[in-house]
Amino acid sequence: MDTGKLTTGRKILWAVVSVLVAVYALFPVVWIISLSLKSPSDVGNQQFWPTAVSWENYELIFTGQASELFVPALINSIGICLIATAIAVVLATLTAYAVSRLDFPGKKFILTMALGVSIFPVISIVTPLFNLWSRIGLYDTWLGLIIPYLSLTLPISIWTLAAFFRQIPWELEQAAQVDGATSWQAFRKVIVPLASPGVFTTAIIAFFIAWNDFLYGISLTSTSAARPVPAALSFFTGASQFEEPAGAIAAAAIVVTIPVVVLVLLFQRQIVAGLTSGAVKG
Amino acid sequence: MSTTTKPAPGARTSDRARDETRMGWLLSGPAVLVLLAVTAYPILQAFYQSLFNYRLTDPDARYFNWGYNYVVVLGDPQWWQTLGFTLLVTVFTVAIELVLGFALALVMLNAVRTVRPWLRTVILIPYGIITVVSAFSWKYAFDLGTGFVGAWTGNPGFDWFGDFWTAFLVISAAEIWKTTPFISLLLLAGLAQIPGDMLEAAKVDGATWWQRMTKVILPNMTASIMVALLFRTLDAFRIFDSVFVMTSGAQGTATVSFLAYAQTISQLQVGLGSAVSVLLFACVALICFIFIKLFRVDLSRARGE
Amino acid sequence: MAEINLSRIVKKYGDGFPAVNDVSLRIADGEFVILVGPSGSGKSTLLRMIVGLEDITDGELTIDGERANEKAPRDRGLAMVFQNYALYPHMTVFENIAFPLRLAKDLGEEEIRRKVEQAASMLELGEHLERKPANLSGGQRQRVAMGRAIVRDAKAFLFDEPLSNLDAKLRGQMRTEIARMQRRLGTTTVYVTHDQTEAMTLGDKVAVLKRGELQQYASPQELYDEPINLFVAGFIGSPPMNFIPVRNQDGVLHSPFGPIPVTARDEAALAEAPELLIAGIRPEAFEDAALLDDATRQDRAVISATVDVTEWLGNEVYAYLPFEADAEVSQALAELDRDLDGESLRTQVVAALDSRTRIGAGDAVDLAFVPESVKLFDPRTGRNLSRDDENAARIAERSEAARQQALERAREQHSGAA
Repeated sequence: MDTGKLTTGRKILWAVVSVLVAVYALFPVVWIISLSLKSPSDVGNQQFWPTAVSWENYELIFTGQASELFVPALINSIGICLIATAIAVVLATLTAYAVSRLDFPGKKFILTMALGVSIFPVISIVTPLFNLWSRIGLYDTWLGLIIPYLSLTLPISIWTLAAFFRQIPWELEQAAQVDGATSWQAFRKVIVPLASPGVFTTAIIAFFIAWNDFLYGISLTSTSAARPVPAALSFFTGASQFEEPAGAIAAAAIVVTIPVVVLVLLFQRQIVAGLTSGAVKG
Repeated sequence: MSTTTKPAPGARTSDRARDETRMGWLLSGPAVLVLLAVTAYPILQAFYQSLFNYRLTDPDARYFNWGYNYVVVLGDPQWWQTLGFTLLVTVFTVAIELVLGFALALVMLNAVRTVRPWLRTVILIPYGIITVVSAFSWKYAFDLGTGFVGAWTGNPGFDWFGDFWTAFLVISAAEIWKTTPFISLLLLAGLAQIPGDMLEAAKVDGATWWQRMTKVILPNMTASIMVALLFRTLDAFRIFDSVFVMTSGAQGTATVSFLAYAQTISQLQVGLGSAVSVLLFACVALICFIFIKLFRVDLSRARGE
Repeated sequence: MAEINLSRIVKKYGDGFPAVNDVSLRIADGEFVILVGPSGSGKSTLLRMIVGLEDITDGELTIDGERANEKAPRDRGLAMVFQNYALYPHMTVFENIAFPLRLAKDLGEEEIRRKVEQAASMLELGEHLERKPANLSGGQRQRVAMGRAIVRDAKAFLFDEPLSNLDAKLRGQMRTEIARMQRRLGTTTVYVTHDQTEAMTLGDKVAVLKRGELQQYASPQELYDEPINLFVAGFIGSPPMNFIPVRNQDGVLHSPFGPIPVTARDEAALAEAPELLIAGIRPEAFEDAALLDDATRQDRAVISATVDVTEWLGNEVYAYLPFEADAEVSQALAELDRDLDGESLRTQVVAALDSRTRIGAGDAVDLAFVPESVKLFDPRTGRNLSRDDENAARIAERSEAARQQALERAREQHSGAA
């Protein structure tokens, strides 16, 4: 509880707790940053910090040997995830509107199905898709990943958006009509501004989930035509065949982590609201 | 105002109701179709394929074998070993996540105002890290060639991934680190819903901190705890990324998802791999069923209704 | 400024049950009309049909003589204040009030600013214009909602239980504020409430509804003095009218508290009425007989009873006198109580007595009242057998004249000020 004054004891206690939590949350992140800044000779030194900061690994993945693997993968990841997110959010917005606003038989079924799909084991989908995609030529293409990504992004989007939309005071639409708005104006000037934060947050969460995928990425691609970054990481090799690719992988990992962490930091309040309102609400 | 705007149940459907039904399905139709296409179709296809002796490298030798694949899988000790390891990881990680997540949630709830937003930000970072990246980070921390943990623990020559139990511990640690923040956010939402005056009433009634925790807070949070537990359990049971990156299933650390992947994608044993996939799906459905029927998890709460 | 006319309005939902049934109301230009009734009476539905948020199943709605049944809400030119205020959370107070003006599109920025500021100053919102609704108190939100209604020259104001979310003190203040504003602007107003005090204090005319049907449409005084039936009599007045079962035998009404004389006014009506009747006496009609001089007491009817509980309110004392009711009548009374959303546990009479009275709990007391203050109701139909139509007409005429006068005065002042 917040009591006005802080005793010194409580201050110290909170400082200790905060440091502990920070160490817990940041330690593996700091480690991989440190690893990415090690020069090849440092990588095997079994130390936490590099002896000297080196940008070699970043050069390797952007302009060096690993760039052939990494740069297309980065483009694939960004493109595929953005498209999968956009489709999911559009479809989910329509569905969530219907489910939270209209009363029709089957809406319980739709919500339950979205929930069911979100707990579906990805590998059970991958096996048949692998087979089918090989046959119809979708294997190792963007579309071949975008479609299965919808199984990850669509359920959580429906779910989160339905929770958001339920909180919109829809009678405002009527108030706007009485104030002289057409149906379109009421939607455009009142409902859209109220719904867009929810849609935006949902998009971020859906993007995270697509961005995080590994199993589809590694199973349904074979070349840099469509392989996303998480899958590409496991194909990295070192500067020479016998060298550990750890430094390059760490650098690539940092590059794909930064945008997500920035998004988290910028929109943490909305993300927390989205994650929890979709999941638990009493 | 209490004037009802909804027609009484069992009433003749009005034009408006019929309109609403049509509109509702028109709007949700595309999403429903996509969901069916990306899940119902593949699982049926997987089930169909699982009934054939089928190797992708030798498609001409494909024949219907009356579910013999299931006999092969279920008769193979490797399946049971894999299932056992998956269950072990699931129970171990979820149990620790729950305790740790609850502790974190309590810290966030009670944090003084100056620290709270800061804590929340920090705690969200692991959630934002890609699972594979987290797996690499933990792998390289313990790895013989690159890791500092060996040196720090005074045992630089020890191969953490060379032994079942130590490999299990590192895999679990990576999973726990990555997903505890999520569970703590869910629990925090549950905690925040407990009305303050209820706790004050318990204080006035003479309950100690521990009694308030066990007699007031926890009973009122069961719903959010169970929902968090269900989702984390199902998630943990499907573990794949960390195992793939860290051990590739060596030292008996293959999980069910990994086994299905190895069978289908690596060895192109489509028939057998599909059987494993179907069995995995059945396990997930069973876990879900147990939670809903035995523990009475109310999923409508999970949907935010 | 508009005259609103409702003619035989019906609203049926999917199940065919009429939420509003055959309601006709004529709302004159500048009139303040209250729709009142317990929950489920259809009053809000009726209001929403006027503004166009609900379709009208049958009947005709005209605004200024023009049929409005099919018009979209925005084409009706009405302004409404919602129960939960319906403020737009993403707009500032200024933008909320300006919203209807911006939609109209024919006003310049300058003009909009002037109008919003004028409305804001009238409602004392001037210093809050840049705040968001979430940062306002309940009373301030209420005023913003009113600001949005008055800022444009709406033909009429519609209020849907606007004060029900405010605490008692604020409710009283806002009630006066609404009355003052309506008088000043002279705009036709329709106001929905379930609170009879709001109905009585605000309305030029009050329409009492019960289960979708119009019971009586009259001035507050007429409702109070000449209610048309048991329901209206029980709904209007606080504390509510007392209902006592009486038997009409040999020209005397036998009540649980002793005989009550039949007045000359009621004799004719009673000729065809059943023997068992319900007598209604308002709490404030009672006087403590001990405080009356003999001459006054001669003109009064007196009943005797034992006081159960007293409540001292400073200016008056409420005395509660329980009685046993006939099975036949108690059923009619219980049904009436349900209609009125009541939850009374026992049959009792409440007397509002002058605070000089010395009576206390357990005392036997003589209560005096003017015999004409007793209204007799037919327990089967609920009809008021004692209603004096001539008196009712006189009251209606008088209140209409008073309304016209007040409106005239307001217009003079307004034009004088402008």
